[in-house]
Amino acid sequence: MRTENQRAWLFVLPVLALVAFNALMPMMTVVNYSVQETFGDNRFFWQGLDWFEQILRSDRFHAALGRQFLFTAIILLIEVPLGIAVALSMPRKGIWVPVCLVLMALPMLIPWNVVGSMWNIFTLPKVGMLGYFMNDVLGIRYDMTQDPLAAWITVVVMDVWHWTSLVVLLCYAGLVSIPDAYYQAAKIDGASAWSVFRYIQLPKMKTVLTIAVLLRFMDSFNIYTEPFVLTGGGPGNSTTLLSIDLVKIALGQFDLGPAAAMSLIYFAITLLVSWVFYVVMTKDDQG
Amino acid sequence: MKKRSLVPIVYILFLMLPIYFLVSMSFKTTNEILAGFSLFPKTFTLASYKTIFTDPTWYWGYINSILYVTLNTVLSVAVALPAAYAFSRYRFLGDKQLFFWLLTNRMAPAAVFALPFFQLYQSIGLFDTPLGVALSHTLFNVPLAVWILEGFMRGIPKELDETAYVDGYSFPRFFTRIFLPNIKAGVGVAAFFCFMFSWVEMLLAKTLTAVDAKPIAAVMTRTASSAGYELGLLAAAGTLTIIPGAIVIWFVRNYIARGFAMGRV
Repeated sequence: MRTENQRAWLFVLPVLALVAFNALMPMMTVVNYSVQETFGDNRFFWQGLDWFEQILRSDRFHAALGRQFLFTAIILLIEVPLGIAVALSMPRKGIWVPVCLVLMALPMLIPWNVVGSMWNIFTLPKVGMLGYFMNDVLGIRYDMTQDPLAAWITVVVMDVWHWTSLVVLLCYAGLVSIPDAYYQAAKIDGASAWSVFRYIQLPKMKTVLTIAVLLRFMDSFNIYTEPFVLTGGGPGNSTTLLSIDLVKIALGQFDLGPAAAMSLIYFAITLLVSWVFYVVMTKDDQG
Repeated sequence: MKKRSLVPIVYILFLMLPIYFLVSMSFKTTNEILAGFSLFPKTFTLASYKTIFTDPTWYWGYINSILYVTLNTVLSVAVALPAAYAFSRYRFLGDKQLFFWLLTNRMAPAAVFALPFFQLYQSIGLFDTPLGVALSHTLFNVPLAVWILEGFMRGIPKELDETAYVDGYSFPRFFTRIFLPNIKAGVGVAAFFCFMFSWVEMLLAKTLTAVDAKPIAAVMTRTASSAGYELGLLAAAGTLTIIPGAIVIWFVRNYIARGFAMGRV
């Protein structure tokens, strides 16, 4: 299909230069810091792999990593099935389609710090809609700043609110590409709703679902602004996810060496898991 | 059929609740907000909006944000177009590796880059400028734009290129006159995504600015901490940040589903 042409490199050059400037140079800085010790006077001492060892053995890192995986697992388990369910029940044509799509996409277009502070006020006891409803109408004690479980539930619900539409829109795009003839054939064969889903809709959604799961994994694994603004990582450290912990170490305590080592480990984990997801979800294509 | 349409309705209601809460709060006074929750504003006021539109620190926050977002969108799409064309039409040494490497930058946690970006942009004199923020956001937007555009371009048959060359079109003329109009939807969608991700990203935007190029988010944080907790003002500022996104999405509403699938359905 595509022809061999080495001059195509010229077309890629601007992208390459721009991304290399943004990715390679900062990455080199990070690698540089990760193997040295500094006392803030611009003198550096060779430290070898000590920081990596320190991070990999530290309980704090293990705890943050554990919370991060738990968070990502929970939101994937909620958002993917919910997204598929909403996409399946959406109208395929008519004037309501663009209205639905635009309304659903709206949460994704709000700046992340606004999402965080909006949900923060939303959950305040007395003042916020949710806080008022839970505490004063239902009589359930609900205070995010005191109760770690309430904080976790709020962070998860906020992410479901924020990002489920991404899964919906992707799945919907897959669904509308199915020709009507497929459904008619299924009807003639007397196929059940489940078999229509399993043998017609799900295979058609496979590519887009792969993209959805990958994007949701990457973005939830790197999440920073929304939970930071919502809970500040608290109460205690209960909602301190990896990025929040990293920024605390790097910009809060200015421990450049450990922060850099942690950055590299963090990035490596993201890459590795994304790659595993990708290989597992596309392995049937080869067969 | 009736029962089925209940699911999207309930889902959209759930999405709209916090947004409605924010918008209704922006029309209340801070005192009324703090007095306790109410569904509708008792004393409807536009005071918060008036403050934002008359105070330069506030409205410059919006201008700065829109400046770097626009710069970033133009830059990202401009460099991504030829690259996406190369990836969709030619095989060349290391093309697959290069494509994957580009995508890995979409996977990098922004928190990892905050500190090195601060140092890098300070050393080249772009700290606290809209151009600096726009450049830093190309880190994740250029890979995304290449990915989306490549998906759309792959759907255009190669015969189009060949016929044009036979007809005596030079490459630049073919690209701008024939090819670009054919992937209009793709360009629109790519631009929409660049706009969206640059508009919502705040960690880098805040790290790379101090005074002159401060984005609206930084103005909001500063106000929240220095002037007490002015909830009405904060809510109005938040409401205004939803509007640019809502306008942009209206333009691409017919392509949005396909766009989210990156042209790969």
